Amino acid sequence: MSASLEIQLIAVVVAVTCALPGVFLVLQRMSMMSDAISHAILPGIVIAFFITGNLSSPWIILGAAAGGLLTVALVEVLRKTGLLKEDAAIGIVFPALFSVGVILIAQYAGDVHLDIDAVLLGELAFAPFDRITMGGMDLGPRALLVMGVILVVNVVFISVFFKELKLISFDRALAGALGFAPALLHYVLMGLVSVTAVGAFDAVGSILVVALMVAPPASAYLLTDGLKPMIVVSVVIGAVSAVAGYWVAHWLDASIAGAMASMSGVLFLSILILAPHRGLWSVQKRRSNQALLFGRKMLVIHLYNHEGLPEAQHECRMDHLEDHLRWDHAFASRAIRSSLQNDYILQQGPHLSLTETGRKYARSSLVEL
Amino acid sequence: MIDLLTNLFSDYTLRTVALGSALLGITAGSLGGFALLRRQSLLGDAISHAALPGIAIAFLLTGSKAPLVLILGAGIAGWIGAALISVVTTQTRIKYDSALGIMLSVFFGFGLVLLTYIQRQPDANQAGLNSFLFGQAAALIEQDVFLIFVIGSVVILLIALFWKEFKLLSFDSDFLGTLGYPIRTLDYLLTTLFVVAIVIGLQTVGVVLMSAMIIAPAAAARQWTDRLGLMIFLAGIFGAFSGVGGALTSSLIPALPTGPTIVLIVSAIVLISLLFAPNRGLVFRRVRDWQAGKRLRVDAVLVDLYTLASQHSSAEYPHSERVLDVMSSISGPAHQTLKVLKDLDLAIPIDSTHWSLTPEGVLRAERVIERQFGGDS
Amino acid sequence: MDYAIDIRDLTVAYREKPVLWDVDLQVPPGVLIAIVGPNGAGKTSLIKSSLGLIKPAAGSVLIHGRPYSEQRSTVAYVPQRGSVDWDFPTNVLDVVTMGLYGRLGWFKRPGKSERIEALKSLAQVGMEEYATRQISQLSGGQQQRVFLARALVQDANVYFMDEPFQGVDATTERAIVELLQNLRKQGKTVAVVHHDLQTVPEYFDHVMLLNVRRIASGPVEEVFTEDNLRTTYGGRVAFVSALSAARKQ
Ligand SMILES: Nc1ncnc2c1ncn2[C@@H]1O[C@H](COP(=O)(O)OP(=O)(O)O)[C@@H](O)[C@H]1O
Ligand SMILES: [Mg+2]
Repeated sequence: MSASLEIQLIAVVVAVTCALPGVFLVLQRMSMMSDAISHAILPGIVIAFFITGNLSSPWIILGAAAGGLLTVALVEVLRKTGLLKEDAAIGIVFPALFSVGVILIAQYAGDVHLDIDAVLLGELAFAPFDRITMGGMDLGPRALLVMGVILVVNVVFISVFFKELKLISFDRALAGALGFAPALLHYVLMGLVSVTAVGAFDAVGSILVVALMVAPPASAYLLTDGLKPMIVVSVVIGAVSAVAGYWVAHWLDASIAGAMASMSGVLFLSILILAPHRGLWSVQKRRSNQALLFGRKMLVIHLYNHEGLPEAQHECRMDHLEDHLRWDHAFASRAIRSSLQNDYILQQGPHLSLTETGRKYARSSLVEL
Repeated sequence: MIDLLTNLFSDYTLRTVALGSALLGITAGSLGGFALLRRQSLLGDAISHAALPGIAIAFLLTGSKAPLVLILGAGIAGWIGAALISVVTTQTRIKYDSALGIMLSVFFGFGLVLLTYIQRQPDANQAGLNSFLFGQAAALIEQDVFLIFVIGSVVILLIALFWKEFKLLSFDSDFLGTLGYPIRTLDYLLTTLFVVAIVIGLQTVGVVLMSAMIIAPAAAARQWTDRLGLMIFLAGIFGAFSGVGGALTSSLIPALPTGPTIVLIVSAIVLISLLFAPNRGLVFRRVRDWQAGKRLRVDAVLVDLYTLASQHSSAEYPHSERVLDVMSSISGPAHQTLKVLKDLDLAIPIDSTHWSLTPEGVLRAERVIERQFGGDS
Repeated sequence: MDYAIDIRDLTVAYREKPVLWDVDLQVPPGVLIAIVGPNGAGKTSLIKSSLGLIKPAAGSVLIHGRPYSEQRSTVAYVPQRGSVDWDFPTNVLDVVTMGLYGRLGWFKRPGKSERIEALKSLAQVGMEEYATRQISQLSGGQQQRVFLARALVQDANVYFMDEPFQGVDATTERAIVELLQNLRKQGKTVAVVHHDLQTVPEYFDHVMLLNVRRIASGPVEEVFTEDNLRTTYGGRVAFVSALSAARKQ
């Protein structure tokens, strides 16, 4: 396999692995925990490295996971004091932990095979050169194997606890009442986010992990309704961002990780604008159509509300509508014309009245409300 | 320490660095106070990261590294990031946390693409742009400090001018709206000041950790006072202190990046404040709870003595400790509490195991009973 | 007739979902009116759009015959107590003084005379001893009284209050009712979002039943009927009839 293909493969695996726990972060409104965790794992990594002297030992992953869980726990402790709100607690805890990591690296730069650029950028371009061999046989790039294992762990976890995760994402209180342990599941999920972050950290650096965890699921959230489709679409968007990012970086001779994050942003922006139903464009278009639908509905309901009352004579005149519904003349004429065409109303001179169809429509509109 | 101080007054670079960081700390701290109260603690993080591509683009367009140019670029990008967050959350179903995460990481990623692109241009004079990541206080020169001073002063002046409006905007913006103030405009103004306070610190503290410089001083200050004015003032002081401390330490010790050093100092201030601030601090609270517990015990035993005595002719009739042990609604033996009562002259021991109320004790017991069973709430 | 509050054909929509449809409400001056309806009925939205905080999709609101923007100084607002952060670093007197910010105008700071006025309205709600108390140290009932004092200091003709009885103790509830009746005696108009159906006839003269559209509004004895309540509260008929049984006793 060529280096280029291997890099793309690693990028895709990283993106997919990040998107999976990301879906639950986005649904549970904890996206910023990915930011906190991806920063806070740094001291864990560095300290585990000092102890083992080896950057590829599994202890590194454990150290990172410990750092991530420490963040979650510290935020919880601070929040429980009642002295700080949760967002402030997050905003204080992770910079402190990250700073410890950065200072350790900077101070022991000679001994640590990590530099600060790598912390932020990752080293995806060099990933193919660090390979795992066993008995002389090349098993592939280390990053690919490590990330592959984490991917499998994520997939297994999500499949096994799918029902529970769905419940805590959509109704935390109910999950607790039904006897699931939302707190425990929460910590396990945060542990997975940490492990995923440390795996991805090597490849794309700490800040861009956030892009891969949040942007694809958020894009998918604009396109889908169910949890399963959202997961699938997130994964696809993540993979596309990875490949597109690689080629953009190749073309500009710039950071691959940065380009992957940028592409996930470009995809998000495109979907934000173009998504059917929920995209800005479609909302805008529907709004102008709906203005008419809305106007028709209002007209019918207005007539229905005043039907048979003494003020009906007055309330149901055309000029009154313009006056009181605050419609301009053009819009009032459009709404009336459209209602006449739909057989909802009758017009006698300046007076409007409901037809039987119109009455039914009014009633059904009110029930719908 | 003495060395450092003499250096501070004689060494030109050190003086410049210290002054610059102090001004930064004051500006960031005061704006952070409002951000904290408006639950926008993480918005600062998003804005500072979003500023990175602005710095790169400003450099690409002008080829200049003049602070004003870079700050302007950073400000525009940061402001766009903040505006996008607001558009996305109000117009679509995307939630605030996701919007923050996306703007933060995507803008930053784009910034890194641009920075790496610039680095690989053969002849570009790009050295120094990297210091925007973790900040480099030692690089501050007199013009920078002057710029920070001017911008910071304008920011502080505007806060002072719009003090009452910003206060009510943060506490109850709807109410401010009903009074006829344009809350959208005020919101934009405060957000713009927030962006400005962030971007002037990027060169010194770096985009990665600037948000801590905004939030942490305010979070610490909040613990010491219940008055907004004093809180903002203290936040400025804490910000200045950690700014100066971090900048000086990092420019004296080799290979110590400025941003992280400042963050550690300010985090220590937060920790101290959470623990030891009077009133709100955890230690203080623990002591107060303990005292309240003691007072409860005192009151309970007092009432018990009174109740027992009321079955006799005199309110000062003596009773045995053992009866009180059993009777008391507070768990545990009454002995310790009785000794406290004695110190307060509310009860006296008749012999080694019998106690009776003093006249003051009777009065106090009656007051306690009245408070518990009658009177207003 | 000059109505204190005159809402015509008010329609309010968040994004695309209408939460108020074609609502009419006329309140004569000097009336205490309760606005009742289930959660999510749009009561808060009705108040907020009357105060110009939400732009309605259609319809109009007049206060004493003129749009709100021209009548600001004669209208006071008591928001839902839970809508603000009570851990905000400020004290009771300061919060009450905020009621005068409208009169003060841009840039001017409240001075001694403003603080004296604020103290007076604090006294009206029996809270003058708490003037320097930090607001996080107040009970729910005390917080509500502070908000009422802030509205009183506005010295308005028309008051909008969103759930002032929510989670307050019995003493505070009595105090608030007394206050409302004093306001009415002075000829002021008060619209109150209210949840406890049982106390509606006792506390209020008029009532509006709202559930996305206006079900009924007018004097309590005319419109506060089982039928109207049933329409307003829909499926929760059992609850409504239990209530009317309670009322008959
Ligand atoms: N800012 C908002 N954006 C979208 N929907 C809203 C907003 N505020 C309220 N709603 C919705 O409008 C409906 C009416 O809300 P509200 O006026 O608060 O009702 P009430 O005060 O009667 O409980 C509810 O369904 C609520 O979910
Ligand atoms: Mg409400």
